[in-house]
Parts: sequence; C-alpha cells; structure tokens
Amino acid sequence: MLGFCGSAQVLTVPKSATSAASLGLLVCHSCGQLSKAAPGVHEAACSRCGAHLHVRKPNSIARTWAFLIAAMICYIPANVLPVMDTGSLFGSQKDTIMSGVIYLWTSGSWPLALLIFFASITVPALKMAALIFLLLSVQFRSAWRPMARARVYRVVEFVGRWSMLDIFVIGILVALVQFSALATIRPAPGVLAFGAVVVLTMFAALAFDPRLIWDNMRKQNG
Amino acid sequence: MHATSLIACHECDLVQREPQVPAGGVARCACCEAELYRNQPESLDRSLAYTLAALSLFIVSNTFPIVGLIAQGHLIQTTLYGTVRALYDNDMRLVAGLVFATTILFPAAEIAAMIYLMLPLRLGWVPPWFAQVFRLRQAVRPWGMIEVFMLGIIVALAKLAHIADVVTDAAMWSFFGLIILLAAAAAKFDARVLWVRASLNRA
Repeated sequence: MLGFCGSAQVLTVPKSATSAASLGLLVCHSCGQLSKAAPGVHEAACSRCGAHLHVRKPNSIARTWAFLIAAMICYIPANVLPVMDTGSLFGSQKDTIMSGVIYLWTSGSWPLALLIFFASITVPALKMAALIFLLLSVQFRSAWRPMARARVYRVVEFVGRWSMLDIFVIGILVALVQFSALATIRPAPGVLAFGAVVVLTMFAALAFDPRLIWDNMRKQNG
Repeated sequence: MHATSLIACHECDLVQREPQVPAGGVARCACCEAELYRNQPESLDRSLAYTLAALSLFIVSNTFPIVGLIAQGHLIQTTLYGTVRALYDNDMRLVAGLVFATTILFPAAEIAAMIYLMLPLRLGWVPPWFAQVFRLRQAVRPWGMIEVFMLGIIVALAKLAHIADVVTDAAMWSFFGLIILLAAAAAKFDARVLWVRASLNRA
C-alpha cells in the first residue's frame, strides 16, 4: 500500500518487508550475526561473539525517557551556573557558557562565539528535542515519514559527542592559565552539570532503539 | 533458514540477503538506507597498518606537551594528562574522570583491542578471548572523543591568543595525525572479514 521500503530495488525481499523479529531471528548489535531464537524466547547470547541478544533493546522507551529527563534537569544548572572562574589581580569574574559566548562575540571573535554557541547550547537542546520527538512518534505509533525520523536519529547519534567541546576547552584553559597571582582560571560547578548533560544525552541516544520507528509501520501495513 | 547468507539491518531490522558489493562499495539497507557494511579490499592489512601507526602517535600525543603559554617570560605547558590533572586538582574529579576516559582510556582501549584482534589474525592464529575483546572494542567506540578534544585545543588557543603568546608543541601535530589515522583504521576495519578469518583460522 505505502511503498516505504523500496522493495522494487531488492528482489530478495518479499513484498511486505520482513523484520528479523517477525521471523524469530535476533541480530547481534556487536558483530551483526543473525541467530535463531527458540520460540517465545526474547533473549539469547550471540552464537558467534557471545553478546547479549534481545529482540528490541529492553525497556528502550522508558530508559530513553529516564536519561532524557535527567539530562533536561541538568541542562538548567549547566546554563545558569558559572562554568569558569577567572581570577586576577583586579578581582574575579565568573562566566556561564552564554556569557562566555557573548564575551567572544563582543570581543570580535564571532566565528568562535558561533562555534561554542552551536556546540554547547544548540546541539544539546536540539538533541533533546529530537529524542522527545522520536519517543513521542514511536509511542503514538506514528506513521509519519519513517525515513526522515531514521535520519534524525542518525544525526542525533553523530553530533552528540561534539558537545564535549566546552568541557575540553575549560580543561585546557585551567591547565594553562596558572600564573598564581596574576591570573588563574578555575572550573566552576556548571562544568559538572554540563558534563552530565552530554553523558546523559549520549546514554539516551544509545538506549533508544531505532527499529521501533519501523515496527509501527510494518504492523500497520499488515 | 540459511542464517549465513541473510543479514538484518541494525537500524530497522529488515531481513535481506547480503548484497554483493564491488570493491570500495557500500551495502545499504533496502529499507532505511543505513550502512550495512563496506567492501574494503585488504581490509585487515590496511586497518592493522593504520592502527599500528595510530598507536605510535598515541604514545607521542600523550608524552609530549600539546600547547604552551608565554607570559611575563614564563612558559607554562600542558600535556593531555595535564588537563586531567588540572581538573582533578581543582576539585572537579568527576569531570576529570570524564576527560580522562574520553581522551585517554577509551581511545587506548580501542587501539589496544584492534591490535589484539588483528595482529594475531594476520599471523594466522586466533587470540584467546577474541569475542570478548571484539565486544569491548564495539562498546568503547562511541566514547572516544579525541577529535573533539583536538577542536577544544584550537578553540582554547584562539581564546588565549588575545592575552598571551601561544606556542604549539609536538603533541599538537601528532594529535592531528592520530585523528586521521584512527579514522582511517576505523573506516578500513571490517568486522565481517575479522569473523571469517577467525573461523578459518580455527578450522
């Protein structure tokens, strides 16, 4: 009915696309081997590499939500609390991520300001929004453009790591700017919250099972 | 059911026959276009060569200073481990742990695991704990972030260039090379070839 699987290109695939799960096959997430599961069994060990096999990632939706909500909570202190404390002879100055971006912008380094703004503020926010969208679409059994949603998931998986940028920058600054009385840079508590956001959103992306997007399509199609 | 000739997409679970791919080509899922595998000529030889080269640069990157600052006639330098240490000493132990894991521990584990898997296979035998080490490599892969750290160095340098003289050091350049070699090693790494070789060598 709906041609979402381009079955014309691949002659070996039956007209109604068949998932491994519906054939009682388990695919190994580690080495790719297909294993035959005993009837009614949803878990096994991979016959080749021994990895734990399951039809779908267990409790994928609940676990993704849990990581995601934790990440959203940490996102607030990550942006409100200072991440860096610059001390000099003339007193000390606390910077949040956003005030650091604004400082870079006003001091003329706008490419750098854009880069940090994108990696530290936009990417985590978009990533969380994208995962909420994916989770809701799966939970409401949406049939809306699975291919587009699969691409959204791939982007989320790919960009997440780049949010670590600011943590590394602060680490390097802290290590280098140690002129005792003249100027020192120290990390401030916001860094911890920010690190938690990056790690939690990565865990959330890993907990989400993209096969759920397609399961709904195939069920609706019969 | 001949499980060997069938493959299931890891992203959408579609069962399909393993497509024949020309050398250098990519097999994509018929349903969601996710990459299933690449046909890499001499995958094992090339991936192993890149990984061994990456190991030597990884050692250089971790022993020499990356960048330094000159202010009031003093030179302050830092190594990769120095940034971890600086965070740790400033009561940011969890963050220090995170930086240590993503830039030193996990990349080291990935390089070590790949050499452990490929070098003995190349010499014609299967190392013990082959499956466990293979799974370890797959598990740590998303958490190695050397390329993000490299961008972090560049941003930090650009920020500091306003206030002090900045000097780049040996590890900075070996980092560049390391990123390229690790990406090449991962691109040439073909898990399917590895398992075929392992089963041939066992037989």
